[in-house]
Amino acid sequence: MAMFESLSEKLTNAFARLRGKGKLTESDVSDAMREIRMALLEADVNFKVVKEFVAKVKERAIGQEVMETLNPGQMVVKIVYEELTALMGGENAKLEIAERPPTIIMLCGLQGAGKTTHAAKLALKLKKEGKKPLMVAADIYRPAAIKQLEVMGQKVDVPVFSMGDKVSPVEIVRGGFTYAAENHRDVILVDTAGRLHIDEELMGELQQIKSVLNPHEILLVVDAMTGQDAVTVAEHFNEKLGITGVILTKLDGDTRGGAALSVRQVTGQPIKFVGVGEKVEALEPFHPDRMAQRILNMGDVLTLIEKAQEQIDQKQAEEMARKMMKAEFDFEDFLEQMRAMKRMGPLQDLLKMIPGLGAQMKDINIDEKEMAHIEAMILSMTPKERRHPDIINVRRRERIAKGAGRPIAEVHRLMKQFEQSKKMIKQLGVMDKMMKKKGKGKGFPKLPGLGGGFPGPFGKR
Amino acid sequence: MGFFDRLKEGLAKTKAALVDKVTSIMTVFRKIDEELFEELEEALIQGDVGVETSMKLVESLRKEVRARGLKNGEELLPVMKELVADMLGSEVEPLMMAPSGPTVILVVGVNGVGKTTTIGKLAHHLKEDRGLSVMLAAADTFRAAAIDQLMVWGERAGVPVVAQGEGADPAAVAFDGVKAAREQGYDVLLIDTAGRLHNKVNLMEELRKIKRVIQKEVPEAPHETLLVLDATTGQNAVQQTKLFKEVAGVTAIALTKLDGTAKGGVVVAVCDQESVPVKYIGVGERIDDLQPFDPTAFVDALFATGKV
Repeated sequence: MAMFESLSEKLTNAFARLRGKGKLTESDVSDAMREIRMALLEADVNFKVVKEFVAKVKERAIGQEVMETLNPGQMVVKIVYEELTALMGGENAKLEIAERPPTIIMLCGLQGAGKTTHAAKLALKLKKEGKKPLMVAADIYRPAAIKQLEVMGQKVDVPVFSMGDKVSPVEIVRGGFTYAAENHRDVILVDTAGRLHIDEELMGELQQIKSVLNPHEILLVVDAMTGQDAVTVAEHFNEKLGITGVILTKLDGDTRGGAALSVRQVTGQPIKFVGVGEKVEALEPFHPDRMAQRILNMGDVLTLIEKAQEQIDQKQAEEMARKMMKAEFDFEDFLEQMRAMKRMGPLQDLLKMIPGLGAQMKDINIDEKEMAHIEAMILSMTPKERRHPDIINVRRRERIAKGAGRPIAEVHRLMKQFEQSKKMIKQLGVMDKMMKKKGKGKGFPKLPGLGGGFPGPFGKR
Repeated sequence: MGFFDRLKEGLAKTKAALVDKVTSIMTVFRKIDEELFEELEEALIQGDVGVETSMKLVESLRKEVRARGLKNGEELLPVMKELVADMLGSEVEPLMMAPSGPTVILVVGVNGVGKTTTIGKLAHHLKEDRGLSVMLAAADTFRAAAIDQLMVWGERAGVPVVAQGEGADPAAVAFDGVKAAREQGYDVLLIDTAGRLHNKVNLMEELRKIKRVIQKEVPEAPHETLLVLDATTGQNAVQQTKLFKEVAGVTAIALTKLDGTAKGGVVVAVCDQESVPVKYIGVGERIDDLQPFDPTAFVDALFATGKV
């Protein structure tokens, strides 16, 4: 697994010998299709979905003009990326809210997909939007499932309706409906028990609940780590219930999440939300483009850019980029960048979003404490030292170490890492220029001044 | 019903997906050619065995075919079975037991794979089938109502549960459990831990701490660290195993949810790439729906021909 190259790299290699060609022929494209197929399968996209998809991409790729400046591999990646994004549904889909309340939302799925947790996350989100949700505990089978929902209800401060585990789920949802009406709750979230899609009896129960409630949304909760079986599960639930959308959970793991594509493909229904953590706030809208990049191991560039834009203003970023290219990068910039990144959230999450780093990042551990130490060391430098790191000799290092309260070895290491970053940045600068030449149309967005400026504060575990 | 039948029953749906596919390729009377190998590889991939391992298996199959001079398509199946069984480790491995004092089994895994349920079933199995005295420790102090869930399983299996409140230090609960099991002379202690994604460094460090702390009470504990894998999981299971192995020293795998349509083929890749043996499989929600994993029977059932 650790040897995942990004698809982009693979394709670039596959096409290396095609340079200078006019048009792509069928046999030129076949090698590339093989790589795409492998990449998608490794990402757990369903086999049949992959087959159809590859055929489509192949059709589009054959006969494409190979532009002088554009590398054919990159062009195929672009096609794949666009097709994937389109397949997963263009713009992100919103929750259906009834014109006349209550809006009824039913959650269903296999055991352990995360239904109860996501009922609570969704309730919190709706509450924040000014709704008055009610959660209904209709999982009478799993031990302590009702208690779990009640505890989650307290956490998000949303009432939970339950009738214990001796009453049928159909009775419970009826009761919940009445309770909501009497207590003016305008959204009803029904947490159902996890069940196997082939369990006729329990699937029948869901159909009954559906016919009693007539829900506006029937959301299938799917674990992002699901393999080839995702298709079968989604097919069955959709066939029996007619789902209206999907919540993809546990996306904070390191899975490539090919299940997203499979589920979308077989149900035709959009993925509406993704679960990205154990905290009740960790629910985000689904972005097909970002998911496409993740499946292709291209990193979540867009999310990163958005986050970066919140923290770094454009001018600052441009200035940084300029400095980088000229390799004028000094400790002041280092500090500034480090602080900006810190504001953006845990480094680990951020680095994962950088294309190509995703797979490698699994083994890398970032010590946030070490970042604080680095900051202390930089702050123990004089302004002159920060701007001209070259003047930092051994005696100055000793003083810095004392000032920061860190051993001298760490100062040595920081200096060394800084030199390395500078070198890396210089290289990035060269690449950046190249990218600019190539980057026509909707290519691959660049990172504003962020491109891996931090080889420092993390190490291999 | 004999063991083999129960396994077959439990795996019926698994088989239906993976095996029917494989056998349907095999049963066609044809020569061994490139197309056949390719179809076979596809079938393995569809069973979640993964691209890398599937390619490897097919490569070995080619070699065997050459070495044995096979010509007939139908001859491929027994060879394929052998190869998969080899990868899974062809012997049944029992749980490691402490020579004296309690055997401590730490149960770990990502969220929602069925750790607590597996512990309930495992407690029942060890108590009823092997006559051991079992105690549980509720060290999942994070997830809402996880302790209550374990309590219910403790009641069902008729074994005591050591617990503190929600939010308590999991290492402290584990320590209490080991201490109680030792002092009260229990044979086996099963420690339930919170589900955690393997890429969350802090949570994984917590596992390390649990291990350290229980070793203060029983130095050679845990005797087994059981990783619970969900059969529905795709290739990520390999990564899960890798990281849990690194941090918690996983020694065995329990594969759950094999009663669905999921093929569970990823354990083949797991065994191949991470060399951790599968010791148990979960085939349902009842307390007796946990079975010791038997690689030979598993492969037999997996590739069995005909309707089950």
